[in-house]
Amino acid sequence: MDVILLQLLNGLDKGGAYALIALGLTLIFGTLGVVNFAHGALFMLGAFCAVSFHEILNIEMVAIDPEKTTAWGTPLEIRTPYVETYLGDFGHWMLNYSVPVSILLAIPVMLLVGFVMERGLIKHFYNRPHADQILVTFGLAIVLQEIIKTVFGANPIPQTAPQTVRGAADIGAALGFDPGVIVYPYWRMVYLGFAAAVIGAVFAFLKFTTFGMVVRAGMADRDTVGLLGINIERRFTIVFAIAAVVAGLAGVMYTPILPPDYHMGMDFLVLSFVVVVVGGMGSLPGAVAAGFLLGILQSFASMNEVKAILPGIDQIIIYLVAVVILLVRPRGLLGRKGVMES
Amino acid sequence: MSFIRKPLNRRSILRAGAMGGAALATPTIFTSKVWSQTYLNEPTGAEVTFGFNVPQTGAYADEGADELRAYQLAVKHLNGEGDGGMLNTFSSKALTGQGVNGKKVAFVTGDTQTKSDAARASAKRMIEKDGAIMITGGSSSGVAIAVQSLCQEAGVIFMAGLTHSNDTTGKDKRANGFRHFFNTEMSGAALAPVLKNAYGTDRKAYHLTADYTWGWSQEGSIKKYTEDMGWETVAAVRTPLGAGDFSQYITPVLNSGADVLVLNHYGKDMVNSLTQAVQFGLRDKQVNGKQFEIIVPLYSRLMAQGAGENVKGIFGSTNWHWSLQDEGSKAFVKSFGQEYGFPPSQAAHTCYVQAILYADAAQRAGSFMPSAVGESLEGFEFEGMGNGPTLYRAADHQCFKDVLVVKGKENPSSQFDLLEVVEVTPRAQVEYPADMLGGELGNFNNGV
Amino acid sequence: MVLKNSSPTSDLIFFAVFAVAVLTMPVWLEPIGAGYPDLLQKFAIYGLFATGFNLLFGLTGYLSFGHAAFLGVGSYTAVWTFKLLGMNPIPAVIMAIITSGIFALLIGYVSLRRSGIYFSILTLAFAQMSYNLAYSVLTPITNGETGLRVLRSDPRLFDGAGEAQGPLLANLFGFEMTGYAGFYFCAVVLLIGFFIAQRIFRSPFGIMLRAVKTNQNRMTYTGLNPRPYTLAAFVISGMYAGLAGALLCITDPLAGAERMQWTASGEVVLMTILGGAGTLLGPILGAALIKYFENIFSAFNEQTLHEIFGFLPDFLEYPVVSVSSLFVGEGWHLTLGVLFMIIVIFLPGGLMEGVSRITRLFRRKPQKSEPSRATAPAE
Repeated sequence: MDVILLQLLNGLDKGGAYALIALGLTLIFGTLGVVNFAHGALFMLGAFCAVSFHEILNIEMVAIDPEKTTAWGTPLEIRTPYVETYLGDFGHWMLNYSVPVSILLAIPVMLLVGFVMERGLIKHFYNRPHADQILVTFGLAIVLQEIIKTVFGANPIPQTAPQTVRGAADIGAALGFDPGVIVYPYWRMVYLGFAAAVIGAVFAFLKFTTFGMVVRAGMADRDTVGLLGINIERRFTIVFAIAAVVAGLAGVMYTPILPPDYHMGMDFLVLSFVVVVVGGMGSLPGAVAAGFLLGILQSFASMNEVKAILPGIDQIIIYLVAVVILLVRPRGLLGRKGVMES
Repeated sequence: MSFIRKPLNRRSILRAGAMGGAALATPTIFTSKVWSQTYLNEPTGAEVTFGFNVPQTGAYADEGADELRAYQLAVKHLNGEGDGGMLNTFSSKALTGQGVNGKKVAFVTGDTQTKSDAARASAKRMIEKDGAIMITGGSSSGVAIAVQSLCQEAGVIFMAGLTHSNDTTGKDKRANGFRHFFNTEMSGAALAPVLKNAYGTDRKAYHLTADYTWGWSQEGSIKKYTEDMGWETVAAVRTPLGAGDFSQYITPVLNSGADVLVLNHYGKDMVNSLTQAVQFGLRDKQVNGKQFEIIVPLYSRLMAQGAGENVKGIFGSTNWHWSLQDEGSKAFVKSFGQEYGFPPSQAAHTCYVQAILYADAAQRAGSFMPSAVGESLEGFEFEGMGNGPTLYRAADHQCFKDVLVVKGKENPSSQFDLLEVVEVTPRAQVEYPADMLGGELGNFNNGV
Repeated sequence: MVLKNSSPTSDLIFFAVFAVAVLTMPVWLEPIGAGYPDLLQKFAIYGLFATGFNLLFGLTGYLSFGHAAFLGVGSYTAVWTFKLLGMNPIPAVIMAIITSGIFALLIGYVSLRRSGIYFSILTLAFAQMSYNLAYSVLTPITNGETGLRVLRSDPRLFDGAGEAQGPLLANLFGFEMTGYAGFYFCAVVLLIGFFIAQRIFRSPFGIMLRAVKTNQNRMTYTGLNPRPYTLAAFVISGMYAGLAGALLCITDPLAGAERMQWTASGEVVLMTILGGAGTLLGPILGAALIKYFENIFSAFNEQTLHEIFGFLPDFLEYPVVSVSSLFVGEGWHLTLGVLFMIIVIFLPGGLMEGVSRITRLFRRKPQKSEPSRATAPAE
C-alpha cells in the first residue's frame, strides 16, 4: 500500500513536469501550427536562467593570500560573494533562495527570447511545410545549446533548493502510517504545486480573458478568425512568448531536482512530443492528462514487482502506451480531427 | 563562472607541432605507403602522429576537454617544452624531451561523441587519412572496447583512456590494446575493506545499476566483495541509461529494509541519482538501528562538481586524485595547473600517463611497430607516475597499481577540492589472476 | 524538382554522370580532405539510407521518425549472418534486406493506420522501444552498449576452420571489404539503389505515391486505396535502411545500439530535408554534407587553425583563430546548427533548390541548350 502511494506521488510529480513542458509545446502546435523542435532548448534556457542568477549572485571578491599557495604553485585566492559582503543577511537569504527568486529573472528573459524567436524566425515559417519547421527549429536548438555549452561547459551545474525545503517530509506519519514509511522531498511537492498553479493560470487566462477567447477561436479555425478582422498574428506572438515562459519556468524550478547541463533540453524533447501527441494535437487538457497518465504509468512500470514479470518494461512503457493509445484513439486522448494530420 | 576554458597560448601551439594540419592536408591515396612499409603508418618524415580520440560533444564533453588538455601537455613534454612534468619523476629515463625515436611528436584530434560508431569513424579517419601511429582516449567502456577492436583489426596500438569496465582487459581484451585505468574488480577489492571498517559487516545493500555492460560489471564486483564480508544484497535494480528522474527507483529503497544504497551509475546518471537520493532524505534515515549510507563505487571530480554538496561523506573509488602527495602527482599537478589554472581530473591523469607510457615504450623498443611497442609495454614495471609502483601485466595488458578510496569532503576549500583520499589500497590487495575475467589477447597486428 | 519531365534517355545520361561522379569520388574529394576510405564509405552508405528514406518521405509525404530502427535491424542481421554463416557480404546483404523488410512490414502496417504527426510519433515510438531494448534487456542478442561483433569462437559455417587465423573482416571472394575495396562495394550498391529509386520515381507506382502526398482524399474517392501503396513504399524504404545498415557492418563489422536512437532517425530526416526532399540527388548531397561536417570539422583544433590562418598578420591571426575555433572541434555542432538554419531560411527546397537556381541562372543565357534537365517546378 505504502509502495503504491509512493509511486503514485512519483507519478504525479513526473506528470507535473511532463505536463508543464508539454503545455507550451501544444500551445504552439495548436495555435501557430508550428512543430517547434526548439522547445526543449527553451526549457534548458529557463534552467540556465536559474544558473546565471546564481552565478551573478556569486560574483566573488577575490583576495589573494600571499602566505598560502595552491598545489600548482600559484597564490591561493580567497573568494567571498559580493552579495554577502554588501547585503549581509539579505544577501545570504538571496543566495539561499536563488532558485525561486530567479523566476523573476526568467520571466522577462523568456518573454524576450520568445518574442525575438517568433518575430525573427518562426513567423516566416507559418506557411512552410512541417519538414522545414523541424529543420529550422532543430538548427536553432543546436545553436542555443552550443552557446550555453561554450559559456557554462558541458558538466551539470548543481543548484540547491532553499534550506527550508531541502529535506524530505514524512507525509506517511500525517496520514496515519508508521513514521518514515512515506517520505517525500519538500521540493518535489513544491514543484507539483507550482506545476498545478502554472497550468491553472494558463487555462484561466485562455478561458476567462478576451485575449484567451480569441486564441482559442484561432486554435479552432484560424482562417475564420482572420476573416473577422482580428489581428491574429500579433496574438500569436504573445502566445509564443507565453509558451516560452512556461517552458522556462518549468526549467527553473526543475534545477534542484536535475542539475542542469546544456543537453537537458534534447533529453526532454522526444518525451514532450510523445506527451503532446498522446494527449491529442492542439488540446491543452489532453496534454496535461497525457502528462500525468504517462508519468504515473512510468512510475508503476518501474516497480520491482512489475519488472520481475516484464523485464525492461520501464524502458519502453512510455512508447508502448503511446502506441496503444494512438491505435485505440486515432487522435490521441482529446485531439480534434484535422489538426496536423497531413 | 566555474569552468573557464583557457586556450593554449599561441606560441606553445606553434611550437607544440605545426604538423597536425600538414598531416590533415597530405593526400594519402596516391602515395599508398602500404607497399614500402613494414608496419601500418610507419612514420617516414621527421614527425610521428598520435591520434587523440576524445568526447568533444555530448555528456562527457568536459571530461574529454580535460583529456585533450592532458594530451597536449604530454606532447609538449615529449618534445622537450614546458617543465617536463612527470617525465622528471618517471622511473624510465629513456625519454629525453627530444621527441620519440628522434621524431617530433605531432597529433590529430577527433570527437568520439561517446558513441561506438562515431568513435570508430573518427579513429579510422586518424588511421587512414592522418597516418596516426597510435590511438588513445575516450570516456566510456563501450567506446573503448569498440575502438580497441578497431585498432586490433587495423594494426595500430590503442592506449585506452577512461574505461572502467572489466571487459576492456577482460573478455574483450586485444593484443593491440592497453589500459592504465583501473576496473570494477579493483574498485570492489579496494572499497570493501574500507566499507567494512566504516559501516561494519552486518549491512543490507540495495543496488541501483545503470542498465548496460559497465553497470552490470560494477554491480557484480561490488556484490561479490561486499557479500564476501557478510553484507546482504536486498535488491539490484536496473535503471535505464539517461533516466533523468530516478524518483521511481529511489522510493522503493525507503521501505526495502536496506541500510546502504549503492549507485552503480556514472556521469550524468550518477549526478542525478545521487542528488535525488539525498533529496529523498536517505542520508538522514535510520534503518535497523544504523545510519543509512550511500556509496558511489566510481567517482570522478567532474561528477562530484556536478552533484555539488550531495557528495559530502560519500565513499567511492578513483584512479588518481590531484591532492596526492607523491613526487609524480605533485609534478603533474604543478605542470597542469600552471598551464591551465586548475588541477587535472583523473581522466586527464590517465590519458597523460598513457601517452607518456606509449612514447617511452616506443623509445625503448627503438621502433613504432605495434608488436615491438607492445612487447616493450608488456610486463613493464615503473613508478613515479602518481600511482606508486605499477605493472603493465603481460597476460591482459592491464596496469596494476594502488587504488584510491575517496570520500566526499565535508569542508571543501575550493571548487576543485571535493574529494579526500581516505585510503590508498596497496596493489597487492587488488590483484587478481589474469584468466579470471576470460577473453583472449590474440596476436599483435602490425597492419600489413 | 529537377528531372520532372525527363525522358528515359536523359534519365540514363543522368545516371551515367552520377555513376562516374560516385566512382571517382576518391579523386575529386581529395582536395577538401574527404578522400579517405572510411568517409567515402559513409558518404555512400548514408546516401543510400537517405535515398531510401526519401522514397517514403519525398514521395508520399509520410515523415517517419523511426527509420534508424531499420538501419539497426539491418546491422544486427548482417553481423549475425557473419557470425553464423561466414564473412561473405552477399548473404549478409540479402538477409539484412529480408529482415528489415519484415520489420518494416510489421511497423508500417501498424503505423500507417495513422497519418501526419501521429504517424511520425508511432514510428518514433517503435524505434525508441527497439533502441532501449537493444541497449539493455536484449543484450544477449545485441551485445548492448559494446555492440555486436564477430568473434573467433563463432561457428561461421561456410568459412570453416581454415580461415580461423585471418582477420575478422567481411571478405568478398578474397577481397577484404575495408579501405577502397569496401568503398567500391558500397558505391556499387549505392548505384544500384539509386537506379532503382530513379525507376520508382518514374514508374506508375511512383506517381501513385505522389498522389498520396498531394491529395489522399481525392485518391480515395476515385476508388483507389492508398494504404497498399504507402505500405509498399514504407517497406521498400525500410529495406534500403536495412541495406545501409548491412553495409555499415560489411565495411566495419560492429553493430551498436545507438544506431537506432532517435537522434539517428532525426539525422536521416535532416539529411533529406537539407538536401531537398522529393529530389533524387538531394538526400545524397545532404547525407554527404552532414557526414563531412561530422568527420572533418570535428577534427580541427586550434593548431590546425593556426596552420590555416598562418598567412594573416599576428594581430589578426589570433582573434580570427579564437573566433573560428568556436565553430570547429568541439564546436562543430554549432556550425551544423547554423548551417541548418541558413539553408532552410534561404533555400526552402534544400540544397537542390540551390542547384536548380544556379542551373536556371545559366540556362537563361544559352537558350534551351539543355532541354531535358532542370525544368521549373510543376506544382
